[in-house]
Amino acid sequence: MKKDEVKTDRRTFVKQTTMLAGGLLAAPFLSNAGYMSSADDTIKIALIGCGGRGTGAAMQALLSKQNVKLVAMADAFEDRLTKCYNLLTSEDNEDGNVKARVNVPEANRFVGFDAYTKAMPLADVVILATPPGFRPIHFAEAVRQGKHIFMEKPVATDPAGVKKVLEAAEIAKQKKLNVVVGLQRHYQNSYRELYKRVQDGMIGEITSGQVWWNNDGVWVNPRQAGQTEMEYQMRNWYYFNWLCGDHINEQHIHNIDVMNWFKGAFPVKAQGMGGRQVRTGKEYGEIYDHHYVEFQYADGSIMNSQCRHIKGTYAKVDEQLVGTKGTMFAGDANLVSKGKVLYQFDKTKENDPYQTEHDELFAAIAKGQYKFADAERGARSTMTAILGRMATYSGQVVEFDKALNSGLNIMPTTYAWDANPPVMPDSNGFYPIATPGVTKYLM
Amino acid sequence: MLIGGWPLLAQDFKTYDETIPKTSVTFKMVAIPAGNFTIGSPFSEPGREEDEGPQKKVQVDAFWMGEHEVTFAEWDAFFRNMDVPQTKPIDVDAVSRPTAQYIDLTWGMGRDEKQPSNSMSQAAAIMYCKWLYKLTGTFYRLPTEAEWEYACRAGTTTAYPYGDDASALKTYAFNKDNSGNKFHKVAQLKPNKWGLYDMLGNLSEWTLDQYSADAYAKLADGSKDPLAAPGPRYPRVVRGGSYQTDAASCRCANRISSLTDWNKRDPQIPKSRWWLTDGMTIGFRIVRPLVSPSPEEIDKFYARYLK
Repeated sequence: MKKDEVKTDRRTFVKQTTMLAGGLLAAPFLSNAGYMSSADDTIKIALIGCGGRGTGAAMQALLSKQNVKLVAMADAFEDRLTKCYNLLTSEDNEDGNVKARVNVPEANRFVGFDAYTKAMPLADVVILATPPGFRPIHFAEAVRQGKHIFMEKPVATDPAGVKKVLEAAEIAKQKKLNVVVGLQRHYQNSYRELYKRVQDGMIGEITSGQVWWNNDGVWVNPRQAGQTEMEYQMRNWYYFNWLCGDHINEQHIHNIDVMNWFKGAFPVKAQGMGGRQVRTGKEYGEIYDHHYVEFQYADGSIMNSQCRHIKGTYAKVDEQLVGTKGTMFAGDANLVSKGKVLYQFDKTKENDPYQTEHDELFAAIAKGQYKFADAERGARSTMTAILGRMATYSGQVVEFDKALNSGLNIMPTTYAWDANPPVMPDSNGFYPIATPGVTKYLM
Repeated sequence: MLIGGWPLLAQDFKTYDETIPKTSVTFKMVAIPAGNFTIGSPFSEPGREEDEGPQKKVQVDAFWMGEHEVTFAEWDAFFRNMDVPQTKPIDVDAVSRPTAQYIDLTWGMGRDEKQPSNSMSQAAAIMYCKWLYKLTGTFYRLPTEAEWEYACRAGTTTAYPYGDDASALKTYAFNKDNSGNKFHKVAQLKPNKWGLYDMLGNLSEWTLDQYSADAYAKLADGSKDPLAAPGPRYPRVVRGGSYQTDAASCRCANRISSLTDWNKRDPQIPKSRWWLTDGMTIGFRIVRPLVSPSPEEIDKFYARYLK
């Protein structure tokens, strides 16, 4: 695309957004005002959450073909922000030299729990990549400020958070804000090709599915002297439900979401089992090391979902969907019926979906197109994973709508380094662990 | 290279089995005699690529080479060894082991102890060698590109170690035509004349060399133990085809340059120094030079590749 064409398109876009803003909202689009009057066609980005994934997402955004610039950064921790800034401005970064596209003076690097409120107004597009517990707050604020959004999965850790995202997603639609959620299989060639064919009926109606995320688990950051409990949990966010939602939510959502996507539906209820058998130390906070959940859809079909974080065990991250006329093997990227291959995706045609999701988002924004509304689907798949956790923690059957409408909120009331997080260790440093049959959800 | 070295007597230079200390895991090291060979391929070789020439005469000193690619049994003795600290960055001065895999990097192909270990970076493969050296006192490393091709040819000058017929490769190497798009247990097919299995198939194998397309043009005829010193992390040389490679490309002379693309699906930055998210066809085998460098030289050697 020639630059002139982009500009023409962008002007049209400007007119449309102005109309929308005037028609729908009393509050002005402050940053879009800057965006529109910008002397050039630079798309300005704010990064909220500067960890490994945030750095990766920012890099992918800056590697997109559009005229983009990173203008603001926010993180709870100064050291993470600085490390991220140094990586993005490094000239010998193997993933690409994007230094010229980073323009974040010190005054635009914000640290602390409220850093996002200061970074967002400076940008047209925000990347939300903090631990998932904060996502509903950040997403709602970004929508309020009229920003286009890339947000990582999952999008919440509790039903109240999912509800908040669903409400903001409605407003984002009204404002025609592009929202991409980092469930990158939707942007991966093999899944897209399989999806088309499954929709065309090549394996018939989907009647069941098996989905897996079994692997070794993740990192631990040992407790440091002088750390408050809030800082400790923030540094070890993976092991605390208010921040992470358990690994069934944080990682396994990818596989659960595939079944939801291909099925075109979300489960109505779930029951399952899980626990902590190996990862029992206090450094592993409160989450389980395995879950096995039976999700049921309205038409009676079942998704068997298993996820495990236990070192040295059989590793598998995949999805297999069974239809009335055949089976889809996502990892093998094929559709098979009675041993006969109906379709095989050519794996040499696979793309980097993490890059593609940014390429497509920024291309749409540059052209003034409204193309992506991933938030609702992302929120409902997040709710599915949370439903699974509620089922394994309680050992009961949990219904989707009841859970979603329960208002269950596990987030802190105060965000401050000296505030107590919602779960606290006992005198030996251990955290309370959910016990099936004892822990109550919605009973 | 004799400085501080301990040359072995000729009668000691024979194939041997090593047991990884504190485990029951063994591996065989095949004695490869010193000799001369012609590196690269002639213009007349079907499928030849430009980086395989001009052909040069090369002298290679004696070494031992793993009879097959490093298996999961061997790799896991290192990777699952709880006594070795697990670090996100690679520990240049000590031994550390790779971080947990974010996803299953065998991609469902299995993790049998006889299957070859895959998806590791060159640095991770070299850290394995360093770990093994610290444990056994024997210097292990990756082969140079020249050592690899010399061992693969096993005295032959044809496209394949058994001749020029691509269709016969299936009896020697798992390639695209006979792999079912998966790697297989090591040493299931015929070895080459020197007793090395799967050189041209199953997994492609890391070597030590920095890749450049004109490497042989820069090489003097008759060079002894050439090695392109390590520069940037990419590109480095990988040799031998894999279960995904078509037979025409699984030739002794074929050279593969590593790509940043081999980690394209790592969503984090910095990307893993240990793993390749898109290098499922990559593995390695180890060598031991007959003449070991001094402990100081060995430490320096590993540090150059791990920094």
